[in-house]
Amino acid sequence: MNFKHKYMFLLPGLLVLLAILIFPIGFTVRLSLSSWDSFYPGLDFIGLENYIRLFTDDSRFWEAFGRLSLLSLTTVFLQYIIGFSLALLVWKEIRFQRLFRVLFLIPMMTTPVIMTVVWRTFFNESLGPVNDFFNLFGMQPLWLSSEILSKFTVVLVEVWQWTPFMFLLLLAGLLSLPKEPYLAASIDGAGPVRTFVYVTFPLMAPISIGAIIIRLIEASKIMDTVYVLTSGGPGTSTETSSFYIFIKGLREFQFGYSAALSITYLVVMIISFTVIAKILVKMMVRGE
Amino acid sequence: MSLFYSTLKYLVVTLWSIFVIAPFLWALTTSFKDFQSVTNGATYIPWVDFEPTLDGWRSLFKSPAQGGVAIVEPFFNSVIVTAAGSGISIILGTLAAYSLSRFTFRVGPIRNGDITFFFISQRIMPPVVLSIPFFIMLGKLGLLDTLFGLILVYVVLLMPIAVWIMVDFFNKVPIEIDETALIDGCNPYQAFFKVVLPNSVPGIIVAGMFCMIFGWTDFFFAFILTFTEVQLLPVAIVALNSSITPWWSLSAAALVSVAPLVVVAFIVERYLSKGNLSGALK
Repeated sequence: MNFKHKYMFLLPGLLVLLAILIFPIGFTVRLSLSSWDSFYPGLDFIGLENYIRLFTDDSRFWEAFGRLSLLSLTTVFLQYIIGFSLALLVWKEIRFQRLFRVLFLIPMMTTPVIMTVVWRTFFNESLGPVNDFFNLFGMQPLWLSSEILSKFTVVLVEVWQWTPFMFLLLLAGLLSLPKEPYLAASIDGAGPVRTFVYVTFPLMAPISIGAIIIRLIEASKIMDTVYVLTSGGPGTSTETSSFYIFIKGLREFQFGYSAALSITYLVVMIISFTVIAKILVKMMVRGE
Repeated sequence: MSLFYSTLKYLVVTLWSIFVIAPFLWALTTSFKDFQSVTNGATYIPWVDFEPTLDGWRSLFKSPAQGGVAIVEPFFNSVIVTAAGSGISIILGTLAAYSLSRFTFRVGPIRNGDITFFFISQRIMPPVVLSIPFFIMLGKLGLLDTLFGLILVYVVLLMPIAVWIMVDFFNKVPIEIDETALIDGCNPYQAFFKVVLPNSVPGIIVAGMFCMIFGWTDFFFAFILTFTEVQLLPVAIVALNSSITPWWSLSAAALVSVAPLVVVAFIVERYLSKGNLSGALK
């Protein structure tokens, strides 16, 4: 089906999006070639100087990148495993099925930044219930101010917040699976484990890939949690790329440099997602 | 099914439920505490561990001058921005998704898939990358610290979600529906509005729910692009998280902010159980 008015459907949305975005993107590229900061505001032209500094003299940015990869891959992996397990558990008959389904969905409906504030009081090292419990064993873990544990706390809050998203997509997928393969499997006498490995998992592969990619995209932007929970600290031990760009741009007002960071970040991200998508497809879809 | 397996099953779902509820319970008890019962260490059971007060909840309706936190206005600002942003995104996104699902576009090397990817790829951009240029752009347009400026930004944030869900949805609506309508003498606009659209309500509801979730829960843009005139709920609540945190007001405010979308969880579950969602989310 084709007709000349097809653009009447597409263009309103496309033009609005372009109109709002064209300036920010163009401006960021131009800004990245300038030395605009709080002392000398203005669009001068310094060529690729910012990019040279970023590739040769800014290990903090690349460390933040490494940390972001570690945090987002860990959280998304955990979310996938837990989300898939929960979806499988409430897929078939279980008592209070609907109650559990609603409960498992609720965290994703809450505002991450606000729940993180609550989590912060929860993990407060002297006044929160978590350390009240650990006190019984004479321990005082520093959930927010030790290098390793603060990473753990960030991962925990992210898993709490976003496992429901994984759960929702995977449960919706499970509920739409065809019945016939299961009939065939049970006639062949396959047990629950073999049915999962040979029927459910392969059938769910496309949905799994989609869900993991979407979550990776969202997880790579992790910012609110870090900002409220640890402010990147202690030191830089929970500082992610977004947070580092935020510090350079909106705390130290090095607009030019932070624009160069942004552009580099976007390019690396787009390349990584393309590669990750290819790897996932290879891993999950057999015989191709 | 063995007894061991079913015990394990209920154990896992129960443990996860406790993990899900824990922060809410903590916020609920904290919201009834006063300065004394917060600073003397963790306490749990009202009347036993501490004397409950309503100060935290009362402070939500007082102005800052009276020692309150005044979250009523931010609450309605959030409602307006989320509703308007989601509404515009759904309308424009649905139209665009329909055209991408039904017609063939060819502009040079650009095909339908590339246009769809362009829409969705906007989600890759972290808010911090866009915030500086948006700050300067809205400043030039005189839209900083206004509801309208925020709504514009939220359209960029939410339209990709609407397009993503609706393209998948329309791809599953059989094209015969459109063709029958065209043969019956509708023009393409009538075919869309009178025949296809009424059949797409489940998809639109799912897309709308996702837009609402991501709009309501955004913090960063509201944080950067507004100051005093317009304050959104998440910003107002995070502002309480300072050196001397009023834990009781903060907990009460957090619960208020969470409440509206918990209703959404129930709606989503209804759709899931009826099987309407599985078609829309894949």
